[in-house]
Amino acid sequence: MSRLQDRIHHLKSHVRGASLGLAAGAALIAGIGAATPALAQDNTITAVMHSGLRVLDPIITTAHITRNHGYMVYDVLVAVDENFAPQPQMADWTISDDNLTYTFTLRDGLKFHDGAPVTAADAVASLQRWGKRDSGGQLIFDVTESLEATDDKTIVWKLKSAFPALLDTVGKQSAVPPFIMPERVASGSADEAITDYTGSGPFVFVADEYQPGVSVTYRKFEDYVPRDGAASWMAGGKNVKVDEVKWVTMPDAQTAINALMSGEIDYIEQVQIDLLPLLEASEDITVETRDDLGYQTIGRMNFKHPPFDNVKIRQAAQMALSQEAVLATLIGNPDYYKVCGAIFGCGTPLGDESGSDTLTSGGDIEGAKKLLEEAGYDGTPIVLMQPTDVVSLTAQPVVAAQAMREAGFNVDMQAMDWQTLVTRRASQAKPAEGGWNIFFTNWMVPEINSPLISPMLNGRGDAAWFGWPEDEKIEELRAAFIAADTPEKQKEVAVDIQKHTLDNVLYVPLGQYVMPQARTNKLTGMIPSPVPVFWNIEKAD
Amino acid sequence: MLGYILRRVLAVIPVMVIVAIFVFLLLRLTPGDPAAIIAGDMATPEQLERIRTSLGLSDPLHEQFITWVGLLMQGELGTSLISSTPVTQMIGQRIWPTVNIAVLTILLSVLIAVPMGVLAAWRHRTWVDYAVMTFSVLGFSIPVFVIGYIFIKIFSIELRWFPVQGYVAPTEDFGKFLSRAILPCLTLATIYVALIARMTRASMLEVLGEDYIRTARAKGVKETVVLFRHALSNAAVPIMTIIGTGFALLIGGVVVTESVFNIPGIGRLTVDAILARDYPVIQGMILLTSGLYVLINLLIDLSYTFFDPRIRY
Repeated sequence: MSRLQDRIHHLKSHVRGASLGLAAGAALIAGIGAATPALAQDNTITAVMHSGLRVLDPIITTAHITRNHGYMVYDVLVAVDENFAPQPQMADWTISDDNLTYTFTLRDGLKFHDGAPVTAADAVASLQRWGKRDSGGQLIFDVTESLEATDDKTIVWKLKSAFPALLDTVGKQSAVPPFIMPERVASGSADEAITDYTGSGPFVFVADEYQPGVSVTYRKFEDYVPRDGAASWMAGGKNVKVDEVKWVTMPDAQTAINALMSGEIDYIEQVQIDLLPLLEASEDITVETRDDLGYQTIGRMNFKHPPFDNVKIRQAAQMALSQEAVLATLIGNPDYYKVCGAIFGCGTPLGDESGSDTLTSGGDIEGAKKLLEEAGYDGTPIVLMQPTDVVSLTAQPVVAAQAMREAGFNVDMQAMDWQTLVTRRASQAKPAEGGWNIFFTNWMVPEINSPLISPMLNGRGDAAWFGWPEDEKIEELRAAFIAADTPEKQKEVAVDIQKHTLDNVLYVPLGQYVMPQARTNKLTGMIPSPVPVFWNIEKAD
Repeated sequence: MLGYILRRVLAVIPVMVIVAIFVFLLLRLTPGDPAAIIAGDMATPEQLERIRTSLGLSDPLHEQFITWVGLLMQGELGTSLISSTPVTQMIGQRIWPTVNIAVLTILLSVLIAVPMGVLAAWRHRTWVDYAVMTFSVLGFSIPVFVIGYIFIKIFSIELRWFPVQGYVAPTEDFGKFLSRAILPCLTLATIYVALIARMTRASMLEVLGEDYIRTARAKGVKETVVLFRHALSNAAVPIMTIIGTGFALLIGGVVVTESVFNIPGIGRLTVDAILARDYPVIQGMILLTSGLYVLINLLIDLSYTFFDPRIRY
């Protein structure tokens, strides 16, 4: 063997040795991985929710993830069941004959997570703080004469005038339910987030394990006393059957699906429709719709500036739009969306589709052209804000812009991130100077299913929601709804509100859609509800 | 040498001051409103204004800056506007996954790339060289998330060797840490192996043409000794530079890899903070990253003296 060959032989042995070492290392690591399978832990539900939890105060924000957190940690006095009927939860009630005094009595055995009993004073402080944040709560407090704790268990709420929808409003599940907190916590400012997370709900928030936006752990509250009866939406018996629930955030939808398929997690709250086929092929996973009501997608115009300060031009824009086109682009699969012209949502007690013909039948471009001509539209550009970083809001602006252009609008679609959009939509400047003309967003149906809570139906000008319509008629109709003392009368007023809203284009409902969830078949007993709840669920070994 | 280190460390101060002012102003001039994130979609303009006031965002800019600098002087980075958590605590929770993944990635990369680069240079213009160069081009060209998904498909879904996602601290369970970290590290290493192997090859090719290498070979020194002791140590300065810079980039956060493998590192923390306009967190992260860059550059410079005694400071 020559010296060169000898050198090569030596070098090759080194390389071979290194390769063998690496291979052995990989095998060792693989062995470790195999020896410690990363399966979701027994009797702990590991769930991937629709977004990361970052704000822990369920009163200061309307963020859905924080509301969901609220239902884990806190309890409520009254809760609406799946028939939209208010049911006792922490408290039973009586109503005086003149409908002006509501007396709530706390049930026995209610305790906070620190062991202190829940008292009427805690409930009063919590309701007062809620009343400063929630639009429905504000309406009740506008007619409140007094709200007092007359003893440890009794809350007396006296009104100046009747408010027949009081129990529905106090028992609503979204956007801001009146969660009951200790008085020391609830007596703080309603504009500053709380820092003490003691609740009395079925789960305890584990502060040590909380990583904002990454993961949050809830442990079963052993001293929680559930109501008797079956769970129904947020009402009924909240029987916790697992030791822990862990919410983890996964920014990548594909990763979440892979993790569910490999058994590392148990549940995904919302699955992207285009990724469903991956899960539907698995025998170990169930894909289902937990919430039949789902979401309503909408468009909102700016009433302050031309051209949408002109009702005929608003009507022309609405006439050009087709719900089917928007939903087909946004969701794609018709199993998960429905054309629905009801501003209060289809499938709700107040839902009615009057006046929505063009929206629900594919739009009317020719009619819109004619209306635009009658209105004398002068080609003023429409600043349409298009968020590019929110998947559920990327399709609407594009489809709407196309339809409006076909009708003759001069559309200036401006792409921006959602944060820029929410800042810009608060600006009342002219559209050409940093303002806007139209944007799109989505609501959970329980957030818009009543004129008391739907933000778009506030007609108080500058005090109204973004777009700032000044509309005395809608305010009169809302007052009439508050005064309506039977479901039949409420429905009559709701139909009038429906017609007025679409005639004046207070906003444009663009249809309803649902987001399916996916779970391992080991989880059973999850109740159908707009809010995902983790009581009643059992996890098999 | 000590004087040089002291001068370099002191030079960090003006850099950090400039970064602090620049970042503070840039963030305030960018559109966005943390109050809107906190309050949610239903909040009225009046409610938003009240939250802004409670967060101190309605104060004049110079007052906000003075408050922040005051906190910095006390070693505090402030509190997250969104989660009300101290920024130091948030960074403390998120920095270790990033550091651990970065260290393991660099170790893997160096172990694989340096021998590859040496081999390619030694077998210049043979199939070995072409294979290494092809791998380098592919390593650079294939997007990191594609590599990640391919690894997940093969090693997690099909073979079930490793978990799909997640992170466990090595102090908690080293085995679990390794089993979760190996795929993200291999994914990231693909790029760094390509980079370091290419640099090693180029640097080695230059050195292998030197007279002293020919002399060493003429004296009958073993080829492995020629390659690894004589040539590699002289080719090490540019290789160290690329390794150091790569490490700094990894520490700065690798958002895509962190997302694909669900690693709660500082890359995602920074991106989330930017999307939410969480000013104290963004400011804290940029200050930290700038400081780390300066420190790592200093360490790279100092390492030159180890490999090349001619370099003196």
